[in-house]
Amino acid sequence: MANQVDFAEQAMPFMDKLYAAAMRMTRNPADAEDLVQETYLRAYRGFGGFQEGTNLKAWLYRILSNTFINTYRAKKRRVEEAQLDDVEEYSLYRRIGGLESEAASRTPESEILDAMPEEVVKEALEALPEQFRLAVLLADVEGFSYKEISEITEVPVGTVMSRLHRGRKQLQSALYELARERKLVPEPISAATKSMSPPQSESSGTPDEL
Amino acid sequence: MNCDETYKGMYLYLDKELTVWRRWKITRHLDRCPPCSRGFDFELELREVIMTRSRERVPDDLRRRIAEAIGVEFSDEVNDPPQGL
Repeated sequence: MANQVDFAEQAMPFMDKLYAAAMRMTRNPADAEDLVQETYLRAYRGFGGFQEGTNLKAWLYRILSNTFINTYRAKKRRVEEAQLDDVEEYSLYRRIGGLESEAASRTPESEILDAMPEEVVKEALEALPEQFRLAVLLADVEGFSYKEISEITEVPVGTVMSRLHRGRKQLQSALYELARERKLVPEPISAATKSMSPPQSESSGTPDEL
Repeated sequence: MNCDETYKGMYLYLDKELTVWRRWKITRHLDRCPPCSRGFDFELELREVIMTRSRERVPDDLRRRIAEAIGVEFSDEVNDPPQGL
């Protein structure tokens, strides 16, 4: 049995992290603020039922996740579980040619990663389908285990793994495309030889064919 | 264990979700295979980039609103403490 008096001390330190997750999930500050506030109010009211000694951070994320789904998912049709199988085996590392040039102290791939600005990382995360996005946030940003993610999102561990796998591939693909738009990565050789399209048409849309 | 098998286990390995035995087999392969090792390193670096470049700071105003809503004072977390109510 947890005491509500302890709530502030224990739960408040997670607020920046929960807010970041809320920003990625809602994609805008106003909704993110509402989501975090609602999460804390629900957590506070339910804190008496929280088992002390268990994982408070996971508990808070579970409330955030449920609140998000109930509030924001209600507006939309249920999201398809499986999308874009074609990127399932995507590898950013291979895409930027990491396997070819070996033995450099500062590798070209590392330099590309270094050059990735915050807004590109955030945009790529926010571009993920909702369920994949949540799984990737919980694993790669928050470091939760598969079992914890399974408990937070209330799906079996196998589903967590599948969402993570697909989500990570899609994230890498999105990062690559965003980095390419900003000329942070060299144009792929294969694309340059295959399509003799005019160089760098500054159109705003993304290319239909890759 | 070959390179393909090693790559198949990459996420489980990096997520620390493998059994000791399977983990050891991959570690042994990585010790002997610089290209795989570099691929794994890249994946770790990428993860670090994703983690460190997606942070946010809660607006002070929201922090204050939540504190007020649950009726507690917590000025030590905030740079400029909330004005007295």
